[in-house]
Amino acid sequence: MSMSTAGPETTGVTGPMTHERPTRRLFRSRARATRATGAPAGRSIVERLTPYLFIAAALALLLLLTYLPAANMVWYSLTDWDGIDKEQNFIGLDNYVAVFTDPRIFGVFFVSVYYFVGSFVQMAIALYFAALLSNSTRFSNFFRGVLFFPYLINGVAIGFVFLYLFQPGGTLDAFLSWFGVTSPPQWLGNPEIANYSLAATSVWRYTGLNFVLFLGAMQSIPHEQYEAADIDGANKWQQFWALTFPGIRRIIGLSFILAIAGSLSVFEIPFIMTGGANGTSTFVIQTLQTAFTFRQVGLASAMAIVLLVIVLVITWVQRRVFPDEKVDLT
Amino acid sequence: MARKIWTVAAGLAATGLVLTGCSGSGGGNSTEGTDGDVSGDVTFVTWRTDLIQDGTFDEYAAQFHEMYPDATVTFEGITDYEGEMRTRLSTDNYGDVLGIPNSVLPDQFSDFFEPLGQTDELADTYRFLAPKSYEGVQYGLALGGNANGIVYNTDVFEQAGITALPKTEDEWLDALAKIKENTDAIPLYTNYKDGWPLSQWSGNIGAITGNPDAQNDMAHDDTPWTNDTDIYAIDSLIYDSVAARLTEEDPLTTNWEQSKVDFATGKIAAMALGSWAISQLQGAAEDNGIDPSVVGYMTFPATAPDGEQYAVVGGDYNLGINVHSDVKPAAKAWIDFLLEDSGFTDTQGMVSALLADPLPDNLAGLTDEGVQLMELNPAPAGEEALFNNIADAAQIDIWGNIYRQKLIDIARGAAPGDKQSYFDELNQRWTDAIAQVG
Repeated sequence: MSMSTAGPETTGVTGPMTHERPTRRLFRSRARATRATGAPAGRSIVERLTPYLFIAAALALLLLLTYLPAANMVWYSLTDWDGIDKEQNFIGLDNYVAVFTDPRIFGVFFVSVYYFVGSFVQMAIALYFAALLSNSTRFSNFFRGVLFFPYLINGVAIGFVFLYLFQPGGTLDAFLSWFGVTSPPQWLGNPEIANYSLAATSVWRYTGLNFVLFLGAMQSIPHEQYEAADIDGANKWQQFWALTFPGIRRIIGLSFILAIAGSLSVFEIPFIMTGGANGTSTFVIQTLQTAFTFRQVGLASAMAIVLLVIVLVITWVQRRVFPDEKVDLT
Repeated sequence: MARKIWTVAAGLAATGLVLTGCSGSGGGNSTEGTDGDVSGDVTFVTWRTDLIQDGTFDEYAAQFHEMYPDATVTFEGITDYEGEMRTRLSTDNYGDVLGIPNSVLPDQFSDFFEPLGQTDELADTYRFLAPKSYEGVQYGLALGGNANGIVYNTDVFEQAGITALPKTEDEWLDALAKIKENTDAIPLYTNYKDGWPLSQWSGNIGAITGNPDAQNDMAHDDTPWTNDTDIYAIDSLIYDSVAARLTEEDPLTTNWEQSKVDFATGKIAAMALGSWAISQLQGAAEDNGIDPSVVGYMTFPATAPDGEQYAVVGGDYNLGINVHSDVKPAAKAWIDFLLEDSGFTDTQGMVSALLADPLPDNLAGLTDEGVQLMELNPAPAGEEALFNNIADAAQIDIWGNIYRQKLIDIARGAAPGDKQSYFDELNQRWTDAIAQVG
């Protein structure tokens, strides 16, 4: 609580903002009362400390909740810890060697390809609808809401909804039967189809996010440019390629990074819908099983760090290959 | 600059003090031993959230308070018990009485739990001591126990024309085929999607060969997935049942809660579950207006080399006392109350942990068939953690569902390979793990 009394006090003394006078007075009287025993010299130290005290809380939480656990995980990855043992034996880089040499561990990255391809479909759909709805269409706000809505639903709920949709004789099969499809495949039971079903669920969920990003970028392109293009006789297609696309290239680049990172670390949807069974296990599910089913917290930590490094490297490469062009989005 | 750094450091140190203050307060002064005055407030961390909600535990707490006016009990229910407790054990604050999580290995017991006595002295009074005993010292007492085997719907079996319960794998497959032919029921429901029901099969390790050391022997067998072992018989039976299309059509969409109703209403003929499930299935039958006697219980369809049939009886969660507890005497009194005076196992249809108590009625089906009930032997001294360590190193979750889901995938043609190739792979992984751990 010492931080909050120090705050108003200094504002009261040094604050040049005269328009805040009434509040200042109010605080000053209270500050005097609490400072009865403080020496006048103390004021300058408190003054200097103030900004640090303000960020101290945030910094402490950041260190405590993000960097300390991460540093801990790096340490675990160098041990053979099982998650509860009181002793943690240092075993060097053995866990990292295991991650890269055991085909059972690295092989699951192949499943990410489904989601990666899916994310291109997702961007294409999002781009299409964003281009349509950035113009003033009838009911455009309604359609924007409809497209964004899936992103607002909890991922676990989506998993369950689609679980029922994909059940044999479920909603999807019933729907298809209206069109004469009498023997639909097992959407999750057939290992050749299961990953497509899951990737499609993922596309359905995240299209809304891409859509909003694209739409926001498109609407920030100055309208006069389109008017000028109209006067010059450019058609809508030419306008899209010459104006819209360059204007949102940066957002597309961002979506691309999100797509790669996202498809490498897919978790919620396959975990809820199949639990990683039937050849749908992803790297994160594998990590979770290693840590909590097979009690190899050391190995699992190494896997998590490898994933982190891969995502960082890909992001870095992406920034090198497609440098960040200055696009004025305001 | 130096002063700035000092300031930040001071701020951090202050925050650190506050935080350590928080975590430190959980420790307190722990008393020595379980003898002494029964007084204080006992926190019971439990996995039976259903019994907290329906008030059963509150009644127990009131009775306990009547017996020991100085002591009270509060309950803390955890739905994902195994998962949450594993992380809570790294603190000192995990209740006073708790079910010992399965992830704690025997050589770690003394770090977390108070000794309850010498195992050989307690053996005159209690069942199921072996799993939570280490170097002759007992760290947990089972709240109750269950038999392992298969629940079957007696009506469906009758309609299918099955007159005698199957006693071998061949008879089992014939019986399931009859069910498929003569009724609309799914002969065997695997509960593949929920996963944990697949682990229930492993409770039968020992029953097939009638060898109480079956699991201990596995830790020394380089190729456990070969003829004549328990694990081979179990996984082979699952494989063959699935390969013959005698299980549910799409295993990826199974649902445990629904399966109870489907079982009661005759849409499912059999499921592999511990006897703890009987009361839940009977409840599902009653809710749907069906006579609960429809729930039958049989042991794993196998006959031991000596011509007898066996069923393994094992303890449920063991109750232990937190080694950091302030109220150990009261905690011990609460455990004794639950085991001896509460009537818990009786109402739950479980096998009482007390040798003096009779077997529950729902196991009459087993004893009528002449099935011998047996307990597994504890691991030999020094090898208490060996089996688990090998299984973890091999990443074969004998007591889980991951490797068995793969088995089912192969059996239904959804993953490459066949029974022999998968068993070869499992044997290879097991061999490597023994070399690595042993």
